[in-house]
Amino acid sequence: MRAFAKPFRGGIHPVGYKEFSQDCAIEKLPAPKRVYLGLQQRNGTLLSALVSVGDSVGKGQLVAKGANDMAVPLHSPINGTVEDIRDYVSAHPSGIKIKTLVIKNNGDSSWSQQHGSIHPLSLASDEMLQRILDAGIVGLGGAGFPTGIKLRLARDKQVHTLIINGGECEPYLTCDDRLMQEYAVDVVLGSQLMAKAIGARKAIIAVEDNKPASIQALKIAAAELHDIEIQVVPSLYPMGSERHLIKAVTGKTVAPGTLSVELGILVHNVATARAVYHALRFNRPLIDRVLTVSGAGIEQPKNLLVPIGTSVADLLSACGGLTMSAQRLVAGGPMMGQVIPSPYTPIDKSIGGLLALTDQEVRDEQSHDCVRCGRCVAACPMGLMPFQMAAHSRVSDYDGAQDYGLNHCLLCGACSYVCPSRIPLVQHFSHARGEINAQRSMAQKSALARLLTNARAERLAKEAAQRKAEKAAKAAERKKKAAQRKAQQASESGE
Amino acid sequence: MKYNIASGPHTHGGDSSSSLMYQVILALLPTSLFGLYVFGVSALLVLLTASISALLAESIMLYWRGVNQSSLFDGSALLTGWLLALSLPPATPLWIVALGSFFAIAIGKHAYGGLGQNLFNPAMLARVMLLICFPVELTDWHAATPPVLTETGLDLNPYWLGIDAISSATPLAAEAPMLAVRSLWFGHHAGSLGETSALFILLGGLFLLWRKVINWVIPTAVLLGLALPALLLHAIKPDQFLSASTHLFSGAVFLAAFFIATDMVTSPVSVKGQWVFGLGCGLLIFLIRTFGNYPEGVAFSVLIMNATTPLIDHYLRPAVFGSRPKWFKEERA
Repeated sequence: MRAFAKPFRGGIHPVGYKEFSQDCAIEKLPAPKRVYLGLQQRNGTLLSALVSVGDSVGKGQLVAKGANDMAVPLHSPINGTVEDIRDYVSAHPSGIKIKTLVIKNNGDSSWSQQHGSIHPLSLASDEMLQRILDAGIVGLGGAGFPTGIKLRLARDKQVHTLIINGGECEPYLTCDDRLMQEYAVDVVLGSQLMAKAIGARKAIIAVEDNKPASIQALKIAAAELHDIEIQVVPSLYPMGSERHLIKAVTGKTVAPGTLSVELGILVHNVATARAVYHALRFNRPLIDRVLTVSGAGIEQPKNLLVPIGTSVADLLSACGGLTMSAQRLVAGGPMMGQVIPSPYTPIDKSIGGLLALTDQEVRDEQSHDCVRCGRCVAACPMGLMPFQMAAHSRVSDYDGAQDYGLNHCLLCGACSYVCPSRIPLVQHFSHARGEINAQRSMAQKSALARLLTNARAERLAKEAAQRKAEKAAKAAERKKKAAQRKAQQASESGE
Repeated sequence: MKYNIASGPHTHGGDSSSSLMYQVILALLPTSLFGLYVFGVSALLVLLTASISALLAESIMLYWRGVNQSSLFDGSALLTGWLLALSLPPATPLWIVALGSFFAIAIGKHAYGGLGQNLFNPAMLARVMLLICFPVELTDWHAATPPVLTETGLDLNPYWLGIDAISSATPLAAEAPMLAVRSLWFGHHAGSLGETSALFILLGGLFLLWRKVINWVIPTAVLLGLALPALLLHAIKPDQFLSASTHLFSGAVFLAAFFIATDMVTSPVSVKGQWVFGLGCGLLIFLIRTFGNYPEGVAFSVLIMNATTPLIDHYLRPAVFGSRPKWFKEERA
């Protein structure tokens, strides 16, 4: 019956293209000549460098940190010297430049300090969370939210179930699949530690049914552990979405506008679980990640373990370079990934894939009029009406778009994928969201300005009134004195 | 390599609107060819006239509105003309056919703003306009005179060759003899060009379902909406009300269920809305056939329900994922 059981309404089965790289074992990429570490995070938080140009840094050394916990610390992935701190292209599709630490490799690949192994289960919850924060771990599934903060929030909300996301529903990507096969023990133990850190009763590792080898490996790794469960979920995009995974695994739905922790459930990615294991067991910071380099535009698709900060150009050359027909570079999967603006873009912590796509794969065609076929509505996993949202967004009726559920949209791209008229629906939604945010911050700014202006006017009025009162008081005083004087004079003269 | 900004997703399922349209036309081929076989040359002329004049009208309207002519062959205009032809009597005067096609494209589609904007199904709108303006020609049903294979060879009836014609009553007319369901399936009786054989329409409909061009909700709802009241009233007074099977297999019901009510542009998009729309169509067909004076059960019903589509779409939206009815209480584990 599994073939007929759909865990949630909507969703699509995009062509997988996983065969390019699913049999490629994870290769460790030798550290490149230079790495580029951006000092600004995806969410805009700035980091300040703790090293200056000319300093020599060691692998795993803390090189930048932020003002608070939302800014996760950055560690050097290689041994070398700080060559420069300058504006450099980032992974943002606009090609915007951010302040970047350029570290030159000195060829030594050993860790700069001994990270002694410890028994992490002996650590208290607070200490575990602090270590995870200090290790600079962010969610490696793509969103890049600081893991320590997410865990702390979950602990405070008394989460009882931890779900580890091994869905990997994006086409092409196979890095999580390979990671689960080759590092099943790390993933399982990392999940166990995370569950312990937040006081969850059990951890469920959810894997899509198109990854039998991973399921097998995890089941073997977790065989002796009663608090870890491996659960098979159907292959359906977007299974990687937190809400949909929770529905598929537990049957519960997270109400719109609320967070999964309110149901007592927390979701983390398998790669994050592995990073947490390394941080707690070996006290190792996050300095590398597994990613898939794939697409018909790549000579040799691979799964690579790469140092953070490696440039796209270095990755491409490690994979035999581009083919003649390569047309577009994408960071992440083809559904939600973003165009890479330059081959010199460095890989940051949240990029799980590098795709070189050809025109045949992208199928970017001229868009036509909407024929209201309703396929976007049927495909939408959130139960929205994408074509209505797009129609309202196009004419800048953002209220109308929100009325049709713009705020609930995951930007998963299922609607655009099925649209026979090739309408760039997701583009409309991201644009509308950007506009709404801009309008909201403008409104906040002007509200603040109005508040300040009013306060100033009030203050000035108060001061003026005070002065006037003082003046009046003085005048009254003078008058009184004058009157007294007069009275005195009169009494004197009358005498 | 292009480094310019582009929005995701960077892949696509590969369907296009015009491939959907042409698949619908492909699905109409069995019943169309059967119509030509039964009604002969005059039917062929009607089909050709309707299609060609629809394309001509589309071209003129695109030019007039300043739209690129490249969308002329997206299949939508051809489909409109084709559907109109299938809904007409097989020997309709050709100038009336051409007028209908022009009306369908110019008023039914472009007056609303072109592809995807029209409120009413253009073919049905034209069909009803013609019926009201030319009631005699539009109810001049010709007898089915398919070629017969005899001992001397293929016997081509002069009526089939379009030289002359004999009128006949359709199964739904009051004076018509009761036709067996079997006959309605195979369609050897008078009627519109492409509506006489339920079997061949069903074949096309199943093709569309298989190709996922349409989903099963609207056809099922239309057939249920018609069959349920028919069953009920036939059970109460069998001599006064037609049986459900006669209702289902006669006239344009199958064509409406699979090809006309499922028109993407003019039907609701949510599953809930499609149920309401389909059941409404079916029920109206039953009411108009049983109690109305016009023979146009299908065309009127579809147009009336088309008018309700924006309302249905507004009020019957899909539920946002995770939202629950108000009476539902969440248990915390």
